[in-house]
Amino acid sequence: MKATDIKNPEYFHKVVDCQHACPAHTPVPEYIRLIAEEKYTEAYMINWDSNVFPGVLGRTCDRPCEPACRRGRIDGKGEEPVAICRLKRVAADNKGDVKGLMPKGPFRPNGKKVALIGAGPASLTVARDLAPLGYEIHLYDEQKLGGGFMRSQIPSFRLPETVLNEEVGYILDLGIHTHFNHYVESLKETLGKDYDAVFVGSGAPKGRDLDIPGRKDGAANIHIGINWLANVAFEHTAKVGKKVIVLGGGNTAMDCCRTARRLGGDEVKVFVRSPFAEMKASPWEKEDAAHEDIPIIDNHVPKSFVVEGGVLKGMTFEKVTAEYDKDGKRKLVPVSGPDIFIEANDVLIAVGQENSFPWIERDLGIEFDKWDMPTVNETTFVSTNPKVFFGGDSAWGPKNVITAVAHGHQAAISIDLMCNGKDLALRLSPYVNLVSQKMGIHEWAYDSEVVSDKRYVVPQADKKLTLTNRKKEVELGFNALAGFKEAERCLNCDIQTVFTTDKCIECDACVDICPTACISFTENADESDLRSMLKMPAKNLTQDLYVSDTLPTKRVMVKDENVCLHCGLCAERCPTSAWDMQKFFYNVTKAHTGCASHK
Amino acid sequence: MTYVRPKFRHPELQKNKLGYTVDYYEGALSTLCAGCGHDSISAGIIQAAYEMNIEPHKLAKLSGIGCSSKTPAYFLSNSHGFNSVHGRMPSVATGANLANRDLTYFGVSGDGDTASIGMGQFVHVIRRSLNMTYIVMNNGCYGLTKGQDSATADQGSKNKGGNVNLFESIDLASLAIELGATFVAQSFSGDKAQLVPLIKAAMNHPGFAFINVISPCVTFNNNVGSTKSYDYVREHIGATATVDFVPEMQEISIEYGKGTHKNVTMHDGSVIQLHKLAEDWNPLDRQSAMNAVINAKAKNEILTGLLYVNPDAHDLHDIIKTSDRPLNTLTKEELCPGSEMLNEINADLR
Ligand SMILES: Cc1cc2nc3c(=O)[nH]c(=O)nc-3n(C[C@H](O)[C@H](O)[C@H](O)COP(=O)(O)OP(=O)(O)OC[C@H]3O[C@@H](n4cnc5c(N)ncnc54)[C@H](O)[C@@H]3O)c2cc1C
Ligand SMILES: Cc1ncc(C[n+]2csc(CCOP(=O)(O)OP(=O)(O)O)c2C)c(N)n1
Ligand code: SF4
Ligand code: SF4
Ligand code: SF4
Ligand SMILES: [Mg+2]
Repeated sequence: MKATDIKNPEYFHKVVDCQHACPAHTPVPEYIRLIAEEKYTEAYMINWDSNVFPGVLGRTCDRPCEPACRRGRIDGKGEEPVAICRLKRVAADNKGDVKGLMPKGPFRPNGKKVALIGAGPASLTVARDLAPLGYEIHLYDEQKLGGGFMRSQIPSFRLPETVLNEEVGYILDLGIHTHFNHYVESLKETLGKDYDAVFVGSGAPKGRDLDIPGRKDGAANIHIGINWLANVAFEHTAKVGKKVIVLGGGNTAMDCCRTARRLGGDEVKVFVRSPFAEMKASPWEKEDAAHEDIPIIDNHVPKSFVVEGGVLKGMTFEKVTAEYDKDGKRKLVPVSGPDIFIEANDVLIAVGQENSFPWIERDLGIEFDKWDMPTVNETTFVSTNPKVFFGGDSAWGPKNVITAVAHGHQAAISIDLMCNGKDLALRLSPYVNLVSQKMGIHEWAYDSEVVSDKRYVVPQADKKLTLTNRKKEVELGFNALAGFKEAERCLNCDIQTVFTTDKCIECDACVDICPTACISFTENADESDLRSMLKMPAKNLTQDLYVSDTLPTKRVMVKDENVCLHCGLCAERCPTSAWDMQKFFYNVTKAHTGCASHK
Repeated sequence: MTYVRPKFRHPELQKNKLGYTVDYYEGALSTLCAGCGHDSISAGIIQAAYEMNIEPHKLAKLSGIGCSSKTPAYFLSNSHGFNSVHGRMPSVATGANLANRDLTYFGVSGDGDTASIGMGQFVHVIRRSLNMTYIVMNNGCYGLTKGQDSATADQGSKNKGGNVNLFESIDLASLAIELGATFVAQSFSGDKAQLVPLIKAAMNHPGFAFINVISPCVTFNNNVGSTKSYDYVREHIGATATVDFVPEMQEISIEYGKGTHKNVTMHDGSVIQLHKLAEDWNPLDRQSAMNAVINAKAKNEILTGLLYVNPDAHDLHDIIKTSDRPLNTLTKEELCPGSEMLNEINADLR
């Protein structure tokens, strides 16, 4: 293999598994260390820069970082990832004054106007990144307040309104012109209003329906999940029947069933077509539903709504079993026996969401594909109309808040480039820094000790309280001490092991000390051969090998990054400091920090 | 300040026949200088004990005084250990072995501990053919007392202070062969591929097994001009053969060129597989082993690998016909058979 080019920031970036997996590439270990140091404000600001909604995300993020977290790989005996997401909340809960650390208007106008359609996280991110550059931002939403689905869909018992208001407020306070209660009927009209750019952040607002017998007759008690949740959020709906069926196996179904429990549903049941293990809902959402006495009944396909005398009585289901062909493709095969009848006063349909752009005329140069989705550039987020950008759920269908934020950052950069007449392909390089952590013998600037603590559980409020008050937040969050202890579980994957070939005397000390057998000295070979020639075979192909230049014995040092604990023992034991522990800071450049207009 | 070894190990570590992963054979975190060759030898011992499926409680580690003699603290924490007096490890080993012949005895010493103060003990333990493995971690100096030349420092070798050693060195391997050791090997701390099978074969040997391991002292004897530095050893190393130790006879998969392959079958059916590199060398012949060492030395070469082995070794217990069972398991009745038996014995002696 060729020697690893550690000057390419993407190499070390990949070693920081959580940050790499985060769509917005939040510098996770940096903020976790700050939490351990009780520097909550600084930890919050690192987050705010990257993900804009630390308080919201610290409660609701889909947390793609956690399955990626190295901690989950290091012992093969069920060691769980660091509670990255809930630590974010610790920063948000305990922070001091952050307003003073944020950009403060009024900003000198740059003469450009941008319209943002939809006030969800994608648009709000664009607003935050562009406002400090002097853009005049006009934010449109049909709802009465900003936040998009964070407000209309995520229930208050998971995300208190105060937290959302605070973080939406930080953005609106940058001098955003809001046009709430304003449904945009026509993009053509909007484009006609001399905007320099339009960002479409309208989400995927259409809930899928279920067209089976009885749907029309029972309509009064059959609700589309996301519409129903929005009605609850905006207090148009305050009650539900005693017996409720929720259809669907995703997170929306989980929010529907838990909300129903709080609005009078004593017997709420979730019915899913697929086997339990294959449900789309996150494991923790399923656990929370179970905790609230909501059975999830899998392998049941809805057949009909049973309506008698104009009143919904329940539903029938066909029991199925999942069979898989040799390619692993699933088929749901009916199990013999009669259909099953389940009583219900109300049914909530949460079987998926779709995009819908009835307000976008098809003659604006915006290309739509056969699924009626706009053609959007994956790097620049521009559509086929150079003035129109898409991001968040509107671009490629329903995802999550953090993805919407990540899109927003990149779209903001593109809008800034476009407004400055620059090529959109000129993406901004990340801000990177690599600094030695050595302070002395056995002394590092980071806490190198690897603790053995198991993942701490976030305490929850008493069920008696939460089930009777829809707005009572279920999770109490870590207190400062639990937050510290959980923070200590982080392995500091950003503290990189940096190898200097010409200092190495090949004494093997690092090989012998490394607890997880990461380091080998061997003859060089192709990657696939090399992976099997190491002290422990490097089987995780998603993790890179760090290969040195050729050493005096004609061998190379090969480090498998996979289960490195970043404990620094290799560097401690190296007599020549050929290994050094260096902190790698990587931050995605945002429009307002590396703006095109300043260059 | 943190210098704590994490408890996590590679998730795919394999278990040996006893169900232990290699970390079960580890010891405390070493306090030797970073980069010390001794630590690599410790790692080799851990690996060998793991691969040999040693039951830790059936092994005793013995040592004298020195950095090298400290290392038993850094491997096999679950085994017995006795850190004795400077140069006196063989006496303690002899006593222990006589009392309980069922344990594996693993002695660790240094070149100072063996070739100076402990020389008398060393030669006699060889002569008596005690069943043990005796490793010298040889760095050509007294590491623990800050690097004075030892008796194995080569004539002309320069130490860190710039002083040249004026005296002839003692060659421990030829001495061991000369005195009748039945397993003699030489190795380098930086070559675990060779060291680990040698340690395994030595532990399995039914008599006195000696391994002299060149083990650079990074702090006091790794300078230019020293003949025990990493660089010097690497430039001057040679090997009798590549070694592999196979606990039970099995199909040999690798075919070497004619005449270069040699299998030595041991008393218990285990096999030392050798792929010969040195010419005119026969590991079963003491004379040729001596010649090989002397020839190498004349060429300024450090000859490593297995030097000499006698598969039909006899140990001290065989020679003096002790009880088959460990003394510590004999009952009072067996040890004091009564006045009738005493009278019989006395009568025999009349
Ligand atoms: C029930 C449910 C629970 C969820 N829970 C989570 C969670 O816990 N964590 C998570 O990360 N994600 C969650 N999501 C997904 C997440 O809410 C979305 O992925 C995210 O909000 C998408 O952001 P966005 O900016 O693209 O648009 P959205 O947040 O969808 O906002 C779009 C806004 O645009 C408005 N709009 C649309 N068209 C127009 C128009 N023509 N004129 C004016 N306004 C318009 C809409 O009213 C809406 O307010 C959940 C989704 C649902 C349905
Ligand atoms: C009876 C006695 N004499 C002298 C000493 C001082 N002393 C301690 S270690 C040592 C030499 C150790 O050299 P070596 O065996 O080569 O071990 P190394 O530290 O080099 O591994 C000496 C002379 C002692 N501890 N006890
Ligand atoms: S251990 Fe810490 S730095 Fe490493 S992946 Fe997990 S959260 Fe990120
Ligand atoms: S920091 Fe060094 S010693 Fe620690 S696990 Fe990583 S490679 Fe091994
Ligand atoms: S400890 Fe340092 S000098 Fe020794 S092999 Fe490792 S990197 Fe090289
Ligand atoms: Mg010594």
